[in-house]
Amino acid sequence: MKFEGTSSYIATEDLKVAVNAAITLERPIIVKGEPGTGKTMLAHEVAKSLDAEIITWHIKSTTKAQQGLYEYDAVTRLRDSQLGDEKVKDIKNYISKGKLWNAFESDKRPVLLIDEIDKADIEFPNDLLLELDKMEFFVYETGETIKAQNRPIVIITSNNEKELPDAFLRRCFFHYIKFPDPNTMEEIVEVHYPDIKKDLIQEAFKIFYDIREVPGIKKKPSTSELIDWLKLLMTDDVDAKILREKDPKKLIPPLHGALLKNEQDVHLFERLAFISRRENENVE
Amino acid sequence: MFINFFFDLKQASLPVSLKEYLMLMEAMNKRVVDSFNVNDFYYLSRSALVKDERYLDKFDRVFGHSFKGLENPEGETTKEIPEEWLKLMGQKYLTDEEKKMIESLGGWDKLMETLKQRLEEQKKRHQGGSKWIGTGGTSPFGAYGYNPEGIRIGQKEGKNKKAVKVWDKREFSNLDGDIELGTRNIKIALRRLRKFAREGAETELDLDNTIKSTAHKGYIDVKMMPERRNKIKVLLFFDVGGSMDAHVKICEELFSAARTEFKHMEYFYYHNCLYDAVWKDNNRRYNDNIKTWDVLHTYPSDYKVIFVGDAEMSPYEITYPGGSVEFWNEESGETWLTRMLNVYENAIWLNPIPERYWDRIASTSIIKQIFSDRMFPLTIEGIDQAMRELNK
Repeated sequence: MKFEGTSSYIATEDLKVAVNAAITLERPIIVKGEPGTGKTMLAHEVAKSLDAEIITWHIKSTTKAQQGLYEYDAVTRLRDSQLGDEKVKDIKNYISKGKLWNAFESDKRPVLLIDEIDKADIEFPNDLLLELDKMEFFVYETGETIKAQNRPIVIITSNNEKELPDAFLRRCFFHYIKFPDPNTMEEIVEVHYPDIKKDLIQEAFKIFYDIREVPGIKKKPSTSELIDWLKLLMTDDVDAKILREKDPKKLIPPLHGALLKNEQDVHLFERLAFISRRENENVE
Repeated sequence: MFINFFFDLKQASLPVSLKEYLMLMEAMNKRVVDSFNVNDFYYLSRSALVKDERYLDKFDRVFGHSFKGLENPEGETTKEIPEEWLKLMGQKYLTDEEKKMIESLGGWDKLMETLKQRLEEQKKRHQGGSKWIGTGGTSPFGAYGYNPEGIRIGQKEGKNKKAVKVWDKREFSNLDGDIELGTRNIKIALRRLRKFAREGAETELDLDNTIKSTAHKGYIDVKMMPERRNKIKVLLFFDVGGSMDAHVKICEELFSAARTEFKHMEYFYYHNCLYDAVWKDNNRRYNDNIKTWDVLHTYPSDYKVIFVGDAEMSPYEITYPGGSVEFWNEESGETWLTRMLNVYENAIWLNPIPERYWDRIASTSIIKQIFSDRMFPLTIEGIDQAMRELNK
């Protein structure tokens, strides 16, 4: 089993090594990086390239580790018991399986994506230590031990909102997806829009990397935003000439809403455009 | 065979553990990568040993050092250059052409002389450029630390086609924990300061208690409990104006991060040192100020106090009555600060000026002393330490 990137996902060499190490050693891999650099996508693509089933577990601030294993619905059972339902005799009827359980039960080695683990409570990763290490857990209500038939490939993404505990990190591989350089970016765009005009790309890239360089910008546009923007440019059939426009009156790029997601940034950009316009006029 | 590398990492205070080392060995054993390819080995070891992007840069430096057997990472241990050693290295590793190149620059002695001179002239860490010693530049001295890599000036046709190795690029340099970043990181650092408690209105269903009580009483007895909240309370004091103007951005970031992170937060402004009044609006500071006594009396002693300021002023402004540059203060700044510290046990001072300059500024030393050394630099790392201190 080896991950080599897919036709729709460009994986850099270091990312491939990290993912393959995690697959071979059957250990979780933690993926961090700027928002929009394809952390979640990675899990889907790994699943696709290995032809494995993907099980996603999205973490929210209220998610508890136990929910990933199983949940025991005591309230329904209580109600059923008062109504004299037959189901009440078997406790198994009130246990609903969590994502981890599903992954452990799978016949073929699945990919388990634990998305945005940092959203949960600080203790959350610690509560999953043993389960992810041994790939087994105990169900108290029924007294059975659930053990993974095939150790799933566990991919964990984090946005760095909380620090993860050391004990947890020690058991995982780690990869930080850095922002792609223009060459990699070109490959990425190529994969998404094979028939985009070359000159349009070049101009769009220039604007995109320029915007990322604007000092004081609050939220830098990311890969996924660039791809959205290019899509808009293509559907609107914007000509490369317009992007190349040096007319100071049109300094703000067309459809900039896809790149700048924050009114302060749009504001800042407009102000900069205004200043450079005035400077240009003075020169003239 | 990689034990030395592992210990080098430990020495550079990277948080690596035996478990991770064994994991790396296991991966090598299972041939995850072709072990003869150093690039793949670099990727693999990075992924197995580094668990936080803050350490990536340091890791790159140690890796470069370990697998070349050269100098220590810059700024980590010593700044002394063993001249003898460098010479020996030079004879060992430099090709004849390179040696000639050095000759053309005036020979070893000249080179070392210039290096020393520049070392003395140069005070700050440096990146880019063509003269100073630092990273990413074209000066004959540098790369990382003062290692012969940098002195190997003549490397035009090196053995590798690539002049710069992957880890030498040090692409992660700006993620180092000592460098200030946006509010997001400050928020993470501030999160160290949390104390959860259930207080106030009972709005949540207490399931465990309900079940217990129901079983006990024989009918459904719903129990409620208050929501879990961070009950940390914070007083923030910001130094404004004067020398603080240079640090406005980082203070803004700290302020906005603190405001979202702490539910119970009060902030006040002061200038240079704390005296008998503070204010909440810089435009109306003369008409609308708040007596420091009132602050001390209003907020109970379980508030945590954070002072933000560069502590850079004339020592008289702290130690003498009437020392303030703006008005006649009846009591000295020191008296007021001590009063503050007597009420609030948990108090720290965050200083935007880098730690290495503190000792040279008299007023900073005095304030640090008043705060019994609880002064921290205003960096992510510093805030982190400060929050741990406040949590005690």
